[in-house]
Amino acid sequence: MVELYILLFLMIIGSLVALEVKDLLSSVAALGAVGLGLCLTFLIRKAPDVALTHLVVEILSVIILIRATLKKGLPAVPTGGWVFPSAIGLGFGIVLVLVAIQCFPELPVFGEPKLRVAQYYLDHGLQQTGAANLVASVILDFRAFDTLGEVTVLFTAAMGVLAVVRTVGRKSGAMRGEDR
Amino acid sequence: MSKEQGPGMSIIVKTVTRLTVWLILLYGIYIVVHGHLSPGGGFAGGVIIALSFIHLMLAYGKEMALKKLSEGLLGVWESTGGLVFLVIALLGLTAGYFFKNFLPAGEPFHLVSAGTIPLSYIAISVKVWAGLFAIFVALVLLRVDTEQK
Amino acid sequence: MTVYLLALVLFCVGIYGVLRKRNLIKIILGIIIAEHAVLLFFILVGYRLNGRAPILSPDAPITQMVDPLPQALVLTAIVIGLATTALLIALAMRLYGKYGTYDIAKIRELRG
Repeated sequence: MVELYILLFLMIIGSLVALEVKDLLSSVAALGAVGLGLCLTFLIRKAPDVALTHLVVEILSVIILIRATLKKGLPAVPTGGWVFPSAIGLGFGIVLVLVAIQCFPELPVFGEPKLRVAQYYLDHGLQQTGAANLVASVILDFRAFDTLGEVTVLFTAAMGVLAVVRTVGRKSGAMRGEDR
Repeated sequence: MSKEQGPGMSIIVKTVTRLTVWLILLYGIYIVVHGHLSPGGGFAGGVIIALSFIHLMLAYGKEMALKKLSEGLLGVWESTGGLVFLVIALLGLTAGYFFKNFLPAGEPFHLVSAGTIPLSYIAISVKVWAGLFAIFVALVLLRVDTEQK
Repeated sequence: MTVYLLALVLFCVGIYGVLRKRNLIKIILGIIIAEHAVLLFFILVGYRLNGRAPILSPDAPITQMVDPLPQALVLTAIVIGLATTALLIALAMRLYGKYGTYDIAKIRELRG
């Protein structure tokens, strides 16, 4: 249990560093550290499928983020008063934590989940689907609609990126209305 | 003294890339095909295959990688992966209900088992890698447009 | 209970980044951090003490496994998070190409 707490503290400190550091490339590197801590947490909580997928996806998203922040973006200096907006932000955070603490007794105790739906998947997964990987049998046989939704979301995101990027059909370098 | 450097990175990186790209591709295919026996599956394997192509593109420059695989072809690959996944689901409809696992379950822990699960994973991996590589190519080409103004 | 509280603190750090930062990249980082916190919370809810990973092997008996259902949901959510990040970065790069800065206060002034 100790290593879980160490990893969680590492993630919180890493995320605070990622948001406060002035250099953009350093904050992307700190985000990579947060992602690595999350992957290690998945590993020690016995979820190897999720850890493998999260590691490679984190690598890809750090590559994409570096593409956007390389040689760009001098950070802004905040002007004006900072007391009032910080107080609002802090108050919002405190209210969120207080409301969530009221809901924590409803959650199962850490370490004893109520496997109401998953008990059926654990017992009958092997003989109904024949797959040794029970998570694979859940996402492709028992709950395949969610996978269809995810495939659709990925397709829409690829089309969205291509639509944002392309400039064919516009005048080169000018947005509409600039040469009026 | 400065050497004339072509597109891409230095010659050490190019030589190492030529060796490691195939290993990464093979590892990605292994994770996809054994998705129902060991952790991994279509999503992780598809991202790994996309990473091998991105590795090639980062080391050799974008023209070289796009010569092997144009953008139109990427669209065809991505749509094919999604369509094959839908066809597998609809074929399940003929055997009972939508997404029914209509192939026989087979013996556990063998490579050919678990019905349509490996086939679905292969279709998903094709779709994921084509989609992610298309996103990356689009983001790399964006620089050419914005910095020409 | 304290592990749930720490996951909530991570989520609050992400939301703080979205609310209080002026740099567009920092806002995107805040969204990514909040999403990591939610995934962490899912996996922590589904953990059983002294459980095994939900993968059968030919020589181990089927006992005491962790919950496979949150892991399936998190697997879907990770890939969707990547799609969201890619789209946000494409929009941010487009904004940079048009306005020349990532500062949202200046972008609000330079409208046009």
